[in-house]
Amino acid sequence: MTVSAELDRRFRDAAAAEGLLDVAYELHDTPVGRLFVAVTDHGVCEISYDADPDAEAERLARAFGTRVLRSPTPTDDARRQLDEYFAGDRREFELAVDLRPARDFGRAVLEQLARVPYGEVTTYGTLAAKAGRPRAARAVGTVMNRNPVPIVLPCHRVVGSTGSLVGYAGGLDRKRTLLELEGALPVA
Amino acid sequence: MEAVRVPPFERFYEEQREPVLGQLRRMLGRDAADDAFQETFLRALRAYPALQHGRHLRAWALQIARNVALDAVRRDRATSAEVPDLESVDEPLPYEELRRLTAELPQKERAAVFLRYGYDLSYEDIGNALGSSPEAARQAASSGVRRLRKKELS
Repeated sequence: MTVSAELDRRFRDAAAAEGLLDVAYELHDTPVGRLFVAVTDHGVCEISYDADPDAEAERLARAFGTRVLRSPTPTDDARRQLDEYFAGDRREFELAVDLRPARDFGRAVLEQLARVPYGEVTTYGTLAAKAGRPRAARAVGTVMNRNPVPIVLPCHRVVGSTGSLVGYAGGLDRKRTLLELEGALPVA
Repeated sequence: MEAVRVPPFERFYEEQREPVLGQLRRMLGRDAADDAFQETFLRALRAYPALQHGRHLRAWALQIARNVALDAVRRDRATSAEVPDLESVDEPLPYEELRRLTAELPQKERAAVFLRYGYDLSYEDIGNALGSSPEAARQAASSGVRRLRKKELS
Protein backbone atom coordinates (compact mmCIF):
# COMPACT_ATOMS: atom_id res chain seq x y z
CA MET A 1 0.00 0.00 0.00
CA THR A 2 2.26 2.76 -1.25
CA VAL A 3 1.77 6.20 0.22
CA SER A 4 1.66 8.71 -2.63
CA ALA A 5 4.18 11.53 -2.69
CA GLU A 6 1.37 14.04 -2.34
CA LEU A 7 -0.18 12.36 0.69
CA ASP A 8 3.26 12.06 2.25
CA ARG A 9 4.07 15.71 1.65
CA ARG A 10 0.70 16.81 3.01
CA PHE A 11 1.31 15.04 6.30
CA ARG A 12 4.85 16.36 6.63
CA ASP A 13 3.59 19.91 6.06
CA ALA A 14 0.66 19.52 8.43
CA ALA A 15 2.90 18.16 11.17
CA ALA A 16 5.04 21.29 10.98
CA ALA A 17 2.11 23.68 10.52
CA GLU A 18 0.48 22.33 13.69
CA GLY A 19 3.67 22.95 15.64
CA LEU A 20 4.03 19.29 16.59
CA LEU A 21 7.70 18.79 15.73
CA ASP A 22 10.75 18.97 17.97
CA VAL A 23 12.96 19.01 14.89
CA ALA A 24 12.25 19.37 11.15
CA TYR A 25 14.96 18.51 8.65
CA GLU A 26 15.63 18.37 4.95
CA LEU A 27 18.53 17.44 2.67
CA HIS A 28 19.84 20.22 0.51
CA ASP A 29 22.24 20.14 -2.43
CA THR A 30 24.98 22.80 -2.50
CA PRO A 31 28.34 23.29 -4.25
CA VAL A 32 30.01 21.60 -1.25
CA GLY A 33 27.74 18.58 -1.41
CA ARG A 34 24.46 17.51 0.06
CA LEU A 35 23.79 19.10 3.45
CA PHE A 36 21.55 17.82 6.21
CA VAL A 37 19.74 20.92 7.53
CA ALA A 38 17.70 20.72 10.74
CA VAL A 39 15.70 23.36 12.61
CA THR A 40 13.78 23.63 15.88
CA ASP A 41 11.46 26.36 17.14
CA HIS A 42 14.61 28.06 18.44
CA GLY A 43 16.50 28.12 15.15
CA VAL A 44 18.88 26.06 13.05
CA CYS A 45 20.19 23.23 15.22
CA GLU A 46 22.24 21.22 12.77
CA ILE A 47 23.97 21.40 9.43
CA SER A 48 25.96 18.30 8.47
CA TYR A 49 28.13 17.19 5.60
CA ASP A 50 27.83 13.63 4.28
CA ALA A 51 25.20 12.83 6.87
CA ASP A 52 23.43 9.53 7.35
CA PRO A 53 19.90 10.91 7.94
CA ASP A 54 18.84 7.98 10.13
CA ALA A 55 21.82 8.41 12.42
CA GLU A 56 21.33 12.18 12.57
CA ALA A 57 17.63 11.74 13.38
CA GLU A 58 18.60 9.44 16.26
CA ARG A 59 21.08 11.97 17.58
CA LEU A 60 18.61 14.86 17.28
CA ALA A 61 15.89 12.82 19.01
CA ARG A 62 18.17 12.39 22.01
CA ALA A 63 19.14 16.08 22.07
CA PHE A 64 15.81 17.78 21.32
CA GLY A 65 12.98 15.26 21.64
CA THR A 66 11.69 12.30 19.65
CA ARG A 67 9.41 14.19 17.28
CA VAL A 68 12.04 14.46 14.55
CA LEU A 69 10.59 14.45 11.03
CA ARG A 70 11.80 15.20 7.55
CA SER A 71 9.66 18.24 6.74
CA PRO A 72 11.02 20.74 4.21
CA THR A 73 8.94 23.85 4.86
CA PRO A 74 10.39 24.85 8.25
CA THR A 75 13.88 24.62 6.74
CA ASP A 76 13.04 26.76 3.69
CA ASP A 77 14.47 30.00 5.07
CA ALA A 78 17.78 28.43 6.07
CA ARG A 79 18.14 26.63 2.74
CA ARG A 80 17.33 29.76 0.76
CA GLN A 81 19.97 31.73 2.68
CA LEU A 82 22.51 28.97 2.06
CA ASP A 83 21.73 29.17 -1.67
CA GLU A 84 22.27 32.93 -1.57
CA TYR A 85 25.54 32.49 0.29
CA PHE A 86 26.87 30.02 -2.27
CA ALA A 87 25.74 32.29 -5.10
CA GLY A 88 27.84 35.07 -3.54
CA ASP A 89 24.73 37.12 -2.80
CA ARG A 90 24.83 36.84 0.98
CA ARG A 91 27.60 37.73 3.42
CA GLU A 92 25.73 37.33 6.68
CA PHE A 93 23.13 34.81 7.72
CA GLU A 94 19.98 36.15 9.29
CA LEU A 95 19.10 32.96 11.10
CA ALA A 96 18.51 32.10 14.71
CA VAL A 97 20.75 29.25 15.86
CA ASP A 98 19.67 26.72 18.47
CA LEU A 99 22.68 26.12 20.72
CA ARG A 100 20.73 24.72 23.68
CA PRO A 101 22.77 21.48 23.83
CA ALA A 102 26.08 23.40 23.91
CA ARG A 103 27.55 23.93 27.37
CA ASP A 104 29.61 26.68 28.97
CA PHE A 105 32.93 27.01 27.16
CA GLY A 106 31.64 25.45 23.96
CA ARG A 107 28.76 27.88 23.80
CA ALA A 108 31.01 30.85 24.62
CA VAL A 109 33.33 29.85 21.78
CA LEU A 110 30.48 29.40 19.30
CA GLU A 111 29.10 32.79 20.25
CA GLN A 112 32.48 34.37 19.56
CA LEU A 113 32.78 32.40 16.34
CA ALA A 114 29.51 33.90 15.11
CA ARG A 115 31.22 37.33 15.12
CA VAL A 116 34.06 36.45 12.77
CA PRO A 117 33.21 38.42 9.62
CA TYR A 118 32.76 37.14 6.09
CA GLY A 119 35.98 37.05 4.11
CA GLU A 120 38.25 37.18 7.19
CA VAL A 121 40.02 34.52 9.19
CA THR A 122 40.97 34.26 12.83
CA THR A 123 43.03 31.75 14.82
CA TYR A 124 42.15 29.10 17.38
CA GLY A 125 44.18 31.02 19.97
CA THR A 126 42.42 34.33 19.31
CA LEU A 127 39.03 32.68 19.64
CA ALA A 128 40.13 30.98 22.88
CA ALA A 129 41.16 34.35 24.30
CA LYS A 130 37.90 35.97 23.28
CA ALA A 131 35.98 33.15 24.97
CA GLY A 132 37.92 33.87 28.16
CA ARG A 133 40.48 31.03 28.11
CA PRO A 134 43.54 32.23 26.18
CA ARG A 135 45.44 28.95 26.64
CA ALA A 136 42.61 26.76 25.36
CA ALA A 137 43.38 26.85 21.63
CA ARG A 138 43.27 23.05 21.47
CA ALA A 139 39.87 22.95 23.17
CA VAL A 140 38.66 25.51 20.64
CA GLY A 141 39.74 23.08 17.93
CA THR A 142 37.51 20.45 19.48
CA VAL A 143 34.57 22.86 19.64
CA MET A 144 35.11 23.75 15.96
CA ASN A 145 35.23 20.09 15.06
CA ARG A 146 31.85 19.58 16.71
CA ASN A 147 30.29 22.83 15.51
CA PRO A 148 26.62 21.86 15.08
CA VAL A 149 25.94 24.45 12.37
CA PRO A 150 28.98 24.87 10.10
CA ILE A 151 28.84 27.52 7.37
CA VAL A 152 26.24 29.52 9.37
CA LEU A 153 28.63 29.54 12.33
CA PRO A 154 31.80 30.01 10.28
CA CYS A 155 34.33 27.58 11.72
CA HIS A 156 35.91 27.52 8.24
CA ARG A 157 37.22 31.00 9.11
CA VAL A 158 39.39 29.65 11.94
CA VAL A 159 42.97 28.74 10.99
CA GLY A 160 46.27 27.96 12.68
CA SER A 161 48.56 30.67 14.01
CA THR A 162 50.86 30.10 11.01
CA GLY A 163 47.96 30.52 8.61
CA SER A 164 47.67 26.81 7.80
CA LEU A 165 44.12 25.56 7.44
CA VAL A 166 44.67 22.83 10.09
CA GLY A 167 41.38 20.92 9.93
CA TYR A 168 37.71 20.92 9.12
CA ALA A 169 34.95 18.47 10.02
CA GLY A 170 33.77 18.53 6.41
CA GLY A 171 37.28 18.03 5.05
CA LEU A 172 39.95 20.58 4.12
CA ASP A 173 38.77 20.81 0.51
CA ARG A 174 35.50 22.25 1.67
CA LYS A 175 37.20 24.65 4.05
CA ARG A 176 39.31 25.88 1.16
CA THR A 177 36.27 26.19 -1.13
CA LEU A 178 34.38 28.28 1.42
CA LEU A 179 37.33 30.60 2.05
CA GLU A 180 37.87 31.00 -1.69
CA LEU A 181 34.20 31.80 -2.16
CA GLU A 182 34.53 34.52 0.46
CA GLY A 183 37.72 35.86 -1.10
CA ALA A 184 39.76 35.07 2.01
CA LEU A 185 42.03 32.79 0.01
CA PRO A 186 43.32 33.25 -3.50
CA VAL A 187 41.57 30.76 -5.76
CA ALA A 188 43.95 27.85 -6.33
CA MET B 1 13.54 -7.09 29.01
CA GLU B 2 15.93 -4.62 27.51
CA ALA B 3 14.55 -1.12 27.19
CA VAL B 4 13.61 -0.28 23.62
CA ARG B 5 14.18 3.35 22.93
CA VAL B 6 11.39 5.31 21.24
CA PRO B 7 12.69 5.87 17.71
CA PRO B 8 12.71 9.29 16.03
CA PHE B 9 9.23 9.93 14.66
CA GLU B 10 10.63 9.80 11.13
CA ARG B 11 11.48 6.14 11.54
CA PHE B 12 8.15 5.34 13.16
CA TYR B 13 6.35 7.07 10.29
CA GLU B 14 8.40 5.31 7.60
CA GLU B 15 7.76 1.93 9.17
CA GLN B 16 4.04 2.37 9.87
CA ARG B 17 2.68 4.53 7.05
CA GLU B 18 1.99 1.69 4.64
CA PRO B 19 0.24 -0.69 7.03
CA VAL B 20 -1.76 2.26 8.40
CA LEU B 21 -2.88 3.34 4.94
CA GLY B 22 -3.79 -0.26 4.12
CA GLN B 23 -5.99 -0.57 7.18
CA LEU B 24 -7.65 2.81 6.57
CA ARG B 25 -8.46 1.90 2.97
CA ARG B 26 -10.03 -1.37 4.04
CA MET B 27 -12.17 0.46 6.59
CA LEU B 28 -13.04 3.65 4.71
CA GLY B 29 -12.30 3.30 1.01
CA ARG B 30 -9.68 5.15 -0.91
CA ASP B 31 -10.71 8.83 -0.65
CA ALA B 32 -11.71 8.98 2.99
CA ALA B 33 -8.58 6.99 3.83
CA ASP B 34 -6.37 9.86 2.66
CA ASP B 35 -7.84 12.32 5.17
CA ALA B 36 -7.78 9.72 7.90
CA PHE B 37 -4.13 8.96 7.12
CA GLN B 38 -3.07 12.49 7.98
CA GLU B 39 -5.25 12.57 11.09
CA THR B 40 -3.83 9.23 12.27
CA PHE B 41 -0.24 10.43 12.15
CA LEU B 42 -1.06 13.83 13.64
CA ARG B 43 -2.68 12.04 16.57
CA ALA B 44 0.35 9.78 16.85
CA LEU B 45 2.61 12.86 16.88
CA ARG B 46 0.58 14.48 19.66
CA ALA B 47 0.82 11.34 21.78
CA TYR B 48 4.42 10.51 20.86
CA PRO B 49 6.23 12.35 23.67
CA ALA B 50 4.26 10.33 26.22
CA LEU B 51 5.50 6.96 24.90
CA GLN B 52 7.62 5.20 27.50
CA HIS B 53 9.29 2.70 25.18
CA GLY B 54 9.48 1.67 21.56
CA ARG B 55 7.76 -1.72 21.76
CA HIS B 56 4.51 -2.65 19.95
CA LEU B 57 4.55 0.47 17.81
CA ARG B 58 2.82 -1.30 14.91
CA ALA B 59 -0.11 -2.26 17.14
CA TRP B 60 -0.21 1.25 18.58
CA ALA B 61 -0.29 2.87 15.13
CA LEU B 62 -3.02 0.53 13.88
CA GLN B 63 -5.09 1.19 17.00
CA ILE B 64 -4.93 4.94 16.38
CA ALA B 65 -5.88 4.34 12.74
CA ARG B 66 -8.85 2.23 13.84
CA ASN B 67 -10.02 4.99 16.20
CA VAL B 68 -9.69 7.65 13.51
CA ALA B 69 -11.61 5.47 11.04
CA LEU B 70 -14.41 4.82 13.54
CA ASP B 71 -14.66 8.54 14.27
CA ALA B 72 -14.93 9.21 10.54
CA VAL B 73 -17.67 6.62 10.12
CA ARG B 74 -19.60 8.09 13.07
CA ARG B 75 -19.24 11.62 11.72
CA ASP B 76 -20.40 10.45 8.34
CA ARG B 77 -23.50 8.88 9.81
CA ALA B 78 -24.28 12.05 11.75
CA THR B 79 -24.18 14.29 8.70
CA SER B 80 -25.78 11.92 6.21
CA ALA B 81 -29.08 12.99 7.65
CA GLU B 82 -32.50 12.05 8.52
CA VAL B 83 -32.85 15.67 7.60
CA PRO B 84 -32.21 16.35 3.93
CA ASP B 85 -29.78 19.11 3.13
CA LEU B 86 -32.52 21.65 2.56
CA GLU B 87 -30.41 24.27 0.84
CA SER B 88 -29.22 21.85 -1.81
CA VAL B 89 -32.50 20.09 -2.66
CA ASP B 90 -33.59 20.98 -6.15
CA GLU B 91 -37.17 19.82 -5.95
CA PRO B 92 -39.65 21.13 -3.40
CA LEU B 93 -39.93 18.51 -0.68
CA PRO B 94 -43.13 16.51 -0.32
CA TYR B 95 -45.31 18.50 2.09
CA GLU B 96 -45.86 15.56 4.39
CA GLU B 97 -42.15 15.16 4.95
CA LEU B 98 -41.62 18.87 5.44
CA ARG B 99 -44.54 19.05 7.84
CA ARG B 100 -43.07 16.23 9.92
CA LEU B 101 -39.55 17.66 9.86
CA THR B 102 -40.55 21.16 10.90
CA ALA B 103 -43.24 20.22 13.43
CA GLU B 104 -41.16 21.27 16.42
CA LEU B 105 -39.76 24.53 15.07
CA PRO B 106 -40.90 27.86 16.48
CA GLN B 107 -43.87 29.16 14.51
CA LYS B 108 -42.15 31.83 12.50
CA GLU B 109 -39.18 29.67 11.56
CA ARG B 110 -41.45 26.82 10.62
CA ALA B 111 -43.43 29.06 8.31
CA ALA B 112 -40.29 30.48 6.71
CA VAL B 113 -38.73 27.04 6.15
CA PHE B 114 -42.03 25.71 4.86
CA LEU B 115 -42.60 28.54 2.41
CA ARG B 116 -38.99 28.56 1.23
CA TYR B 117 -38.40 24.86 0.77
CA GLY B 118 -41.99 23.61 0.34
CA TYR B 119 -43.37 26.34 -1.90
CA ASP B 120 -40.08 27.58 -3.29
CA LEU B 121 -41.08 31.20 -2.63
CA SER B 122 -38.59 34.06 -2.72
CA TYR B 123 -37.64 35.70 0.58
CA GLU B 124 -39.41 38.81 -0.62
CA ASP B 125 -42.67 36.87 -0.99
CA ILE B 126 -42.12 35.08 2.30
CA GLY B 127 -41.49 38.42 3.99
CA ASN B 128 -44.76 39.73 2.57
CA ALA B 129 -46.62 36.66 3.71
CA LEU B 130 -45.20 36.90 7.24
CA GLY B 131 -45.38 40.66 7.49
CA SER B 132 -41.62 41.07 7.82
CA SER B 133 -38.67 42.16 5.70
CA PRO B 134 -37.08 39.77 3.17
CA GLU B 135 -33.94 39.78 5.33
CA ALA B 136 -35.89 38.78 8.43
CA ALA B 137 -37.55 36.00 6.40
CA ARG B 138 -34.16 34.75 5.27
CA GLN B 139 -32.89 34.77 8.83
CA ALA B 140 -35.91 32.90 10.10
CA ALA B 141 -35.50 30.21 7.43
CA SER B 142 -31.81 29.76 8.01
CA SER B 143 -32.17 29.71 11.76
CA GLY B 144 -34.87 27.05 11.30
CA VAL B 145 -32.53 24.95 9.17
CA ARG B 146 -29.78 25.32 11.77
CA ARG B 147 -32.13 24.16 14.47
CA LEU B 148 -33.07 21.10 12.43
CA ARG B 149 -29.42 20.23 11.96
CA LYS B 150 -28.68 20.58 15.63
CA LYS B 151 -31.58 18.38 16.54
CA GLU B 152 -30.48 15.75 14.11
CA LEU B 153 -27.00 15.70 15.60
CA SER B 154 -28.13 15.38 19.18
